[in-house]
Amino acid sequence: MSADSKVRPNDDRQRRSVRGLLFDYFADRGQIVIDSTVAVGDLALFVLRTMTWLFTRPPRRETLLPNFYQVGVLSLPVVALTGTFIGMVLAVQSYFQFSQLGLETRLGAVINMTLVRELGPVLAATMLAGRVGGAMAAELGTMRVTEQIDALSSMGANPVHYLVVPRFLACLILIPTLTIMADFMGVVGGYFYSVFQLGIDQHHYWYNAKQFVGSWDLFYGVIKSLFFGATIALVSCHRGFHCSPGAEGVGRAATSAFVYSFMLILAIDLFLGIFLDSLYMSLWPEGVKLV
Amino acid sequence: MIDSETRQSATGLLVETHDLEIRFGSQTVLRGINLSVPRGQTLAIIGESGCGKTVLLKTLIGLIAPTSGTVMFDGRELSHLDDRELTRQRKRFGFVFQNAALFDSMTIGQNVAFPLRQHTSKGDDEVRQIVLSRLAEVELPDTIVTQKPAELSGGMRKRVGLARALVMDPELVLYDEPTTGLDPIVSDIINELIIRARERNPVTSIVVTHDMRTARKVADRVVMVYPLSRLEEGEGQIIFDGSPDELETTPDGRVTQFVRGEAGERLLEMRIAAER
Repeated sequence: MSADSKVRPNDDRQRRSVRGLLFDYFADRGQIVIDSTVAVGDLALFVLRTMTWLFTRPPRRETLLPNFYQVGVLSLPVVALTGTFIGMVLAVQSYFQFSQLGLETRLGAVINMTLVRELGPVLAATMLAGRVGGAMAAELGTMRVTEQIDALSSMGANPVHYLVVPRFLACLILIPTLTIMADFMGVVGGYFYSVFQLGIDQHHYWYNAKQFVGSWDLFYGVIKSLFFGATIALVSCHRGFHCSPGAEGVGRAATSAFVYSFMLILAIDLFLGIFLDSLYMSLWPEGVKLV
Repeated sequence: MIDSETRQSATGLLVETHDLEIRFGSQTVLRGINLSVPRGQTLAIIGESGCGKTVLLKTLIGLIAPTSGTVMFDGRELSHLDDRELTRQRKRFGFVFQNAALFDSMTIGQNVAFPLRQHTSKGDDEVRQIVLSRLAEVELPDTIVTQKPAELSGGMRKRVGLARALVMDPELVLYDEPTTGLDPIVSDIINELIIRARERNPVTSIVVTHDMRTARKVADRVVMVYPLSRLEEGEGQIIFDGSPDELETTPDGRVTQFVRGEAGERLLEMRIAAER
């Protein structure tokens, strides 16, 4: 055998392996794109089916009330506590910075504005994505695994109409309501800490708060929380419906419901923020008047 | 028991499948299934675990969409029905799930009443009376209505599942492994209840089982489904279609091996597969 023929097979193998690696690389990336497209398409169809049922046949009272109770009443303490602490933490963090500039009386404006526009809606939604979304995904996931969703279908009850629509309505209506509650508790918490702990003058605290925070800001936060509520319900129900078998599948459905909801909440927060600011600027071009 | 021929000759076919194929991803579970179930017949579908019996059962009522082929119920193709029409048609089915699939958030009474509440406008008293009579038919006491499914034994849950499946007087009842996981006495009670339900109301029944006692006792006709992976190229997946008595005399060794419950060469095959 010549020296050339000893080298060629190795070269061929090397070329083949490089080609194989490249092929695998593109195949893997392609598969990710296909899987993502399928997942997004599947979620879109799920949302479409939910909307179709929502607008064509209202859910029964007996399916609505337990969900309203679960989402609304049982979330009240945790949301109230979250709101109160956000308000107080904001007071602690802002006071140090503002007092160095001699602007501590503006604390009311900073705390209330941040709460109503941003932290109230986002943190309440995050808390509810964990409490409500995780529970929904786990419950529906268990129903999927134990064939209860198939049982619903077999008895002529549409699972989307029976299970998803009431949960969607509960989140859509009650998460903004709970957000207002969190905002209120945050305002109260921030006020108490600023006035009674940090010794800021009460009159100036409220005067500045009133100057800066208007009804647009409250509307801004509530609109965002409407979208957050819808996202939590749809993502969590979708994850529950597509739960894989076994206890591990249910656990994964609950975790992914929270993670996807949280990521979408942050993304929606950004894009809705940009959109609402643009809307505000087009409606009132002179902008916010600082006192 | 009602004579099987009398029931079969009633009014033609209730369920039909043509060239049915079910695939999940790259895995084909069922291929070329052609099955006709006349009105009033009790058909048992037997086969080893994982051969696709439950998938076939769920496909027959549209819970799983066929990859290709058709499923006809009372002359109408299920895949052509929209959501609402399919929901309407499902009132005509009753499905007894392997683990009963009772709703854990509801009481037994609410579980059995579910189809009535969903599809009828009967008052509370009437619904309660129907629920109690259905529970009595499966030999369950009135006191059970306020209990939750988690408080019941496996056999009781199965009987509640049976009561729920029969509460709307369906035309077709499908049983998925009705006796799996139950002791021989409770299994026989379930078999008796299936027969009793059929005698009270002439229904068409399809029973998926690998319990030969159930197949022999309740069925007019037995169909055996064989796993695709064990078939030769071009061979049909239904390897037996006949009466329960013919099970004993069939020359097909694969059927007799299953009927007698013999391991045969399977242990050796498993060892070779594990060593690979």
